[in-house]
Amino acid sequence: MSATTQAADARVMSGAEIVLQALKEQGVEVIFGYPGGAVLPLYDALFQQNAIRHILVRHEQAAVHAAEGYARSTGKVGVVLVTSGPGATNAVTGLVDALMDSIPVVCLTGQVPTHLIGNDAFQEADTTGITRPATKHNYLVKDIAKLAGTVHEAFYVARSGRPGPIVIDLPKDILIGKGAYSEAPQVPHRSYRPKTEPDMGAIRHAVRLLRAAERPVVYTGGGVINAGPEASRLLTEFVRMTGFPCTSTLMGLGACPSSDPQFLGMLGMHGTYEANLAMHGCDVMLNIGARFDDRVTGRLNAFAPDAKKIHADIDPSSINKNVAVDVAIVGDAARVLAALIECWKAEDAPRQDRAALARWWDRIEGWRGKDCLQYRQESRGVIKPQHAVKRLYEITQETGRDTFITTEVGQHQMWAAQYFGFEKPNRWMTSGGLGTMGYGLPAAMGVQIAHPDALVIDIAGEASILMNIQEMGTLAQYRLPVKVFILNNEYMGMVRQWQELLHGGRYSESYSAALPDFVKLADSFHATGLRAKTIDDLDRVIHEMLAIDGPVIADIAVAKDENCFPMIPSGAAHNEMILAPGQQGGVAGVTDEGKVLV
Amino acid sequence: MPEGTEIGQRSATIAVLVDNEAGILARVVGLFSGRGYNIESLTVAPVDEERRQSRVTIVTTGTAMVIEQIKAQLDRLVPVHRIADLSLDGPHLSREMMLIKVAGAGEERMEALRLAEAFRARVVDATTGSLVFEMTGAGEKLDAFIALMRPLGLKEICRTGVCAMARGPRGLQA
Repeated sequence: MSATTQAADARVMSGAEIVLQALKEQGVEVIFGYPGGAVLPLYDALFQQNAIRHILVRHEQAAVHAAEGYARSTGKVGVVLVTSGPGATNAVTGLVDALMDSIPVVCLTGQVPTHLIGNDAFQEADTTGITRPATKHNYLVKDIAKLAGTVHEAFYVARSGRPGPIVIDLPKDILIGKGAYSEAPQVPHRSYRPKTEPDMGAIRHAVRLLRAAERPVVYTGGGVINAGPEASRLLTEFVRMTGFPCTSTLMGLGACPSSDPQFLGMLGMHGTYEANLAMHGCDVMLNIGARFDDRVTGRLNAFAPDAKKIHADIDPSSINKNVAVDVAIVGDAARVLAALIECWKAEDAPRQDRAALARWWDRIEGWRGKDCLQYRQESRGVIKPQHAVKRLYEITQETGRDTFITTEVGQHQMWAAQYFGFEKPNRWMTSGGLGTMGYGLPAAMGVQIAHPDALVIDIAGEASILMNIQEMGTLAQYRLPVKVFILNNEYMGMVRQWQELLHGGRYSESYSAALPDFVKLADSFHATGLRAKTIDDLDRVIHEMLAIDGPVIADIAVAKDENCFPMIPSGAAHNEMILAPGQQGGVAGVTDEGKVLV
Repeated sequence: MPEGTEIGQRSATIAVLVDNEAGILARVVGLFSGRGYNIESLTVAPVDEERRQSRVTIVTTGTAMVIEQIKAQLDRLVPVHRIADLSLDGPHLSREMMLIKVAGAGEERMEALRLAEAFRARVVDATTGSLVFEMTGAGEKLDAFIALMRPLGLKEICRTGVCAMARGPRGLQA
């Protein structure tokens, strides 16, 4: 046999081997998955190699969230492997979560052999049909000759343009069959080529508006995080060189350092007073990598009524979707920021009205003086949830450790966003668009796998944490020292808050009855359980939690009736915010029209 | 539709060049149903065997902002190569084909044949008691012919949906 035919023979392998080879070529080091009948050939191939590590989760939804945590904290594509039928359907929530929050994930699903597709075979589901609106794109591989190319394309599509989840459905006969491996193509994709370089005409137009602005505001989102750490650095540079105030969506926290005096905090439904009023009162708004989500805009016809709006986004379909803008810039956030900086510095750029900007800052400082995030923590007795997050932040700061925060969904999530400061991008993992309870624990697993030495904390609620509590088993198996910090108010707090404010205090089904003993629960999962009942316990429990080199559940009993403020009620405008009691009169009325909104 | 931006609705004929692969039609239709856009007419057929491409023609209505959204959303689909808003890009041709069956005898049958001639519809099937006409034209012309056939024993209609192309030398190629 000649050397060439030998080389050619070496390229012929099983479908399962082709998949793993393609993953390796794409730089994959870890897969989050759960085995089953249809993917047994892939698990057999995984068993016989050492290049790719497999993390066995306890539920397929958690595999996707773990891959999301891995992806968001590293900037790499997260990879998931699940079986056919229920394996795939269980993954759907995670896929939609990744779609809404633009997280690059490749999810491999098993499928019944091609000759049985459509026959209602055991563990068969129409996975590509079910996941079509749940993914950025999906594939069903019915020809082994296309297998390697499909995997390569999936990674390209997942990470290009606005990132998102991709499903590759793999029939069992394709995984068992023999075929040739092909390397990733070096030619551009035949149809999917997102534009990343901004149009310089639009950039110059934007800079002219920004230079002439008297009341500017920069509003940034997850797109800046997705564009890589360089985008966050450029954002900070741009904000400092212009002297503009900067606010961020939930997804964008960490791009502009929270300690920067020009950072106004988060905006939107539970954003700060100063951020929302700056948005309402601005005359020029620069949106980079955010999508005018309803949580952010409030009532649309009262949104920033006097502002010229500039919107930079990598996804053209995000522009002019909810809010009509004056200048549209399609491009990658880092390239857009670099172009804005260059254009701002240009010799012929018009002069900036610094006096007007100073007057604008005076107004903003006035709003800031309201101190909208203040709360009253009594020196004895019940722990305020805000205080618990604030102390957690302060104490983790003292440790100096690189800290990553994930959350579940609800009040605790908003308090985490409000009271935990983020100085760097990729340190904050939360389910923003879909609002998936049960996201935080598996996401923390993924983060800890990617950053074994970092401090990873899931700030949770007692209701959300139960939605994926089985993942405590995964923490134990892989010795992942994730800290679960539960703000336990014995209520689905955000549901309770809305029922109090909008539904006459009728707390329909929002009480967390029959809760487990979280300390014993931790113990049964080979973790350490801690509990803080009063304010006297809080600091000690946080210190103890951080000192333990292993998974911990810290059950923090907090005030049961605390509400999350400020709040823009549904259907209200930014300047119709409700502040905490004592800062402003009673609750503003919510119209029936507003009640319809979620 | 966002509050406060309500302006006039317009009709748009959008041509989309796509990879001819399994599920592509479901992607397009799912996009419209999932996001609540109207579909008034949708046609699809392979147009390039070598490149394995199909052309989809969609007629939809919406405000200018919604139609821009529809185009941006279509363009985001991975197997989509090109999109053209024929209604916006200049003059275009828009045609539909129809098969229409009329059953009747005597004077009604004669009247149907006379009208068909006036409309340049072709007789493609005839029995002693029935006629099938084939007719191509703008949608309004087809509508008018159907209205005339209704009292003359109209039995069945099959329309292809709109097939459209820009006038002039420029083509829609990937």
